[in-house]
Amino acid sequence: MAEGDFPLLIERSAPGRVGAAVPASDVPDVPLEDILPAAVLRRAGPPLPEVSEPDLVRHYTQLSQRNYGVDVGFYPLGSCTMKYNPKINEDAARLEGFARLHPYAPDAQAQGALRLLHDLERMLAEVAGMDAVTFQPAAGAHGELTALLMIRAYFAERREARTHVVVPDSAHGTNPASAAMCGYKVLHVPSDARGNIDVDALRRVADERVAALMLTNPNTLGLFEERITEVEEIVHGIGAQLYLDGANFNAVLGITRPGDQGFDVMHMNLHKTFSTPHGGGGPGAGPVAVKAHLAPYLPVPVVVREGDAFRWDYDRPRSIGKIRSFYGNFGVLVRAYTYLRTFGPLLRQVAEAAVLNANYLLALLRDTFDLPFDRRCMHEFVLAGTRQKREYGVSTRDMAKRLLDYGYHAPTIYFPLIVDEALMIEPTETESRETIEEFARALLAVAEECRTDPDLVRAAPHRTVVSRLDEVSAARRLDLRWPQADPPG
Amino acid sequence: MTRQTAPQVTTAWTPHKYLPLTPDDRAHMLRRLGVAAVEDLFADIPQSVRLLRELNLPSVPSDADLLRELRELSRQNGDADRLTCFLGAGAYDHFIPSVVWHLAGRAEFYTAYTPYQAEIMQGELQAAYEYQSMLCALTGMEVANASMYDGASATAEAAVMARDLTRRDQVLLSTALHPEYRQVVRTYTRHLDLEIAEVAHRGGVTAVETVRAALSEHTAAVIVQHPTFFGGLEDIAQLAQAAHAAGALLVVAVADPVAYGLLRPPGALGADIVAGEGQPLGNPLNFGGPYLGMLATRQAFVRRMPGRLVGRTVDTRGRRGFVLTLQTREQHIRRERATSNICTNEALNALAAGVYMAALGRVGLRQVAEVCVRKAHYARSRLEAIPGFRVAFPGATFHEFVLRCPRPPEEINARLAAAGVLGGLALGRFYPELRDGWLLCVTENRTRVEIDRLADLLGEMA
Amino acid sequence: MYPEDLRYTREHEWARLEDGRVRVGITQFAAERLSDVVFVELPAPGSTITHLETFGVVESVKAVSDLYAPVSGKVVEVNPALTERPELVNQDPYGAGWMLLVEPTDPAEFAGLLSAEAYRALIGQETG
Repeated sequence: MAEGDFPLLIERSAPGRVGAAVPASDVPDVPLEDILPAAVLRRAGPPLPEVSEPDLVRHYTQLSQRNYGVDVGFYPLGSCTMKYNPKINEDAARLEGFARLHPYAPDAQAQGALRLLHDLERMLAEVAGMDAVTFQPAAGAHGELTALLMIRAYFAERREARTHVVVPDSAHGTNPASAAMCGYKVLHVPSDARGNIDVDALRRVADERVAALMLTNPNTLGLFEERITEVEEIVHGIGAQLYLDGANFNAVLGITRPGDQGFDVMHMNLHKTFSTPHGGGGPGAGPVAVKAHLAPYLPVPVVVREGDAFRWDYDRPRSIGKIRSFYGNFGVLVRAYTYLRTFGPLLRQVAEAAVLNANYLLALLRDTFDLPFDRRCMHEFVLAGTRQKREYGVSTRDMAKRLLDYGYHAPTIYFPLIVDEALMIEPTETESRETIEEFARALLAVAEECRTDPDLVRAAPHRTVVSRLDEVSAARRLDLRWPQADPPG
Repeated sequence: MTRQTAPQVTTAWTPHKYLPLTPDDRAHMLRRLGVAAVEDLFADIPQSVRLLRELNLPSVPSDADLLRELRELSRQNGDADRLTCFLGAGAYDHFIPSVVWHLAGRAEFYTAYTPYQAEIMQGELQAAYEYQSMLCALTGMEVANASMYDGASATAEAAVMARDLTRRDQVLLSTALHPEYRQVVRTYTRHLDLEIAEVAHRGGVTAVETVRAALSEHTAAVIVQHPTFFGGLEDIAQLAQAAHAAGALLVVAVADPVAYGLLRPPGALGADIVAGEGQPLGNPLNFGGPYLGMLATRQAFVRRMPGRLVGRTVDTRGRRGFVLTLQTREQHIRRERATSNICTNEALNALAAGVYMAALGRVGLRQVAEVCVRKAHYARSRLEAIPGFRVAFPGATFHEFVLRCPRPPEEINARLAAAGVLGGLALGRFYPELRDGWLLCVTENRTRVEIDRLADLLGEMA
Repeated sequence: MYPEDLRYTREHEWARLEDGRVRVGITQFAAERLSDVVFVELPAPGSTITHLETFGVVESVKAVSDLYAPVSGKVVEVNPALTERPELVNQDPYGAGWMLLVEPTDPAEFAGLLSAEAYRALIGQETG
């Protein structure tokens, strides 16, 4: 540790300190060697830090102050839907009857939880225009994998050998990665001049070896797929399944339903659209909603209602099995349930405000940045920093880092891959007009600095606790844990 | 739920506490856009797919009413506060020190995104680096990632990792590995040309000779759980030797890593990959999730390890800092050639696990494990003395053990529930040969009084 | 800079004939596009590589690229310096940043590779 470094826990450690009280054993004292063979026991405790509770609290509290959450400030990350995380959701999730419930509690002891899951399924199915929902996937990508496994099972039963999945070139990286994990080969289709999937190119690859088209709608450019009805006809025309990556669902809640657009299956990101917190990377939840023909393949178990009682149904012979232990991220589901109850049919206002905020912010910025697709955007839009790169030699990364100095989290950069120097901005509906305008002013100021003081922008950030970090040496000389003096055990 | 069939597509604006825009704001913004109504912003959506009615969702209660409803729902559950919990089997009721969620519940942590903008996310990044470090200390492995979804999917990913590392196409799973972990391994690998073969346990543990007989030059990995699903102890050193002699890897799964506070960890005994469940480290039972997948391995295998990794580096002024590293293996860059599709993980649960491990520390975690062992041993000796009940497997166990019961365990559980006790897992659902088998868990959270009461209740049923 | 005495693949590898053996690396164009190389994954000496099939991977902070074999043959030597100093690929792609030395099995393959002029035209196309 050098001067000015923020200490690591191991650097605050001193032998003999304790940070938690351990209950004494109240059972008769039997020598440990009489219970367990000496050969299986560690010689000493694991080489963990030894810190007192006050020091532990200071450490993590100070760490939290070196972190930026949406409770701290505006977080316009395109495709992430960093909306406000309501506190009543937290209170709901912390209720002991939910938080301290063991997953193997018999059904009779889990009626409240099962009812909540049943009702949440009804609500999400209604919003999605689908027939059934599984909550087992722990994240969007997990949901994608689940959906593709179900699609594979569907075609296996029909004895149709379909080997490929089609993905637009604008797709999120999880889409082709999930397809590969499912044993599918991936076919890419480009986008057209209006930012839609190129329907002619799609037609050319659409044949009976295609199992599914994975579409995001609105797509990763923040644009609604205008030709969705043609796309649906092509995909169903070859007997394939139409899958929706629901990452951008926030734009269309209550406006249009994926089921009505012809999607057979979709995943939702509860940690995006349904306000559950991102947790610094997780946990999330990626429920998968399906039309009836795919319901038999849902992961096991599913919640069934019998009269006024609920139970887990494991008798699902055509299910794909399990994709994680137990039932999914229940704690996250409680939060989403509470959120949906807080909006009810007013949910469509979420979409209206999200789309209005995005279009307004776009209007404030469009003259200063290149706009690859000049269309009405939905809940997010993609600009390009190509003008600033060309005229002043300042990259989108540099501008993003300079925005940190203005107290903002930068938007998404370099995604989607089809736009050079991409800057993807999603304000969400939980931001006020003032915040939108202040942010626009800050980003315009950075653009101006590219002209007047490009070195300042290129060397940003300057006002954060650390300046720009060396990612190259992090990857060249891997240091993934603090040094451990002791042998392993 | 009321159903309305209003034909209009735009509704009037109802103020909502999460929606800051006022009617004046909206009017101003629409003017700026040169658009007459919000409805016009949705013009790209074909009419044929427009929803022309209100969403059929329950009307909105007041916050007070909503909380009342939720409290009522929560009271209909026999949680570990209301019922004395003797259930383990992959989810464990350990005491969670108050600091853990006071710290992990800080909004700067839980409302943050993945730390791609490292300079303003040094808090999460350092916490993740510390978690990775502590996980290595606990498991004895050289490198650990910043989380997977849960123990079952982490084990599945470990199987795929072993396939990639050895370029072999078979994995051996012990039947002493958690049944749901085995199910998930099968689901994950179904379309990856990987053969899954099971090795039957003997007496609740995996016999090394059985594994030796099953190993071949096709075997990528042997996967066992330590302590086993039944609470037994595997001979990790011998299993590692056997696997390595055949050119295969040893993957050790762990459902309760608190055990490694006391037991020699897999890394010290030759394991190549450790895949586990971090729920017992400071994370609530939560009816099965969110939990915490753990993955740790040898330094040499790090580039094949899925999931996010945090590395130490320096900034332009030479100060220590942390960044996500080796991201090129991940889906957002490598896409269909990625090590996995994982994106969102269980970062907050990992942070909580870090606080837990640091709070208990080197001495405390060992003590917790020791108290678990003593209490379980006491329970085991009291219960096997009850007529009709006998211990199923002879070997030493950590904090879980299997009893064979004189009446169906499901029946015993129903009667115990009426008396305020959550009994162990009836094993018949997973192991047909153990229809009378009952898997009990005793953590440090159980008191002697509770254990004695359980014994009394069972005595009445014998 | 694309030395005349080398031959090139469409995937941006170079090959140099040295006393019947072929030394292989990646071109300056490729190294620049990757930017800072952090890791190179190469086959073990003694293994076989096949013309135009992948033999390894080169990794930077922003991308991972497959490496394609200019010729078929047996890998005789692998550059040991790249483990500690992957940056040699950026600093000296045709010299100290070499990757493999191969004992080729089919001389026609080397002859069939692009000349420096053809390679320059190719990348001129890619950048132009």
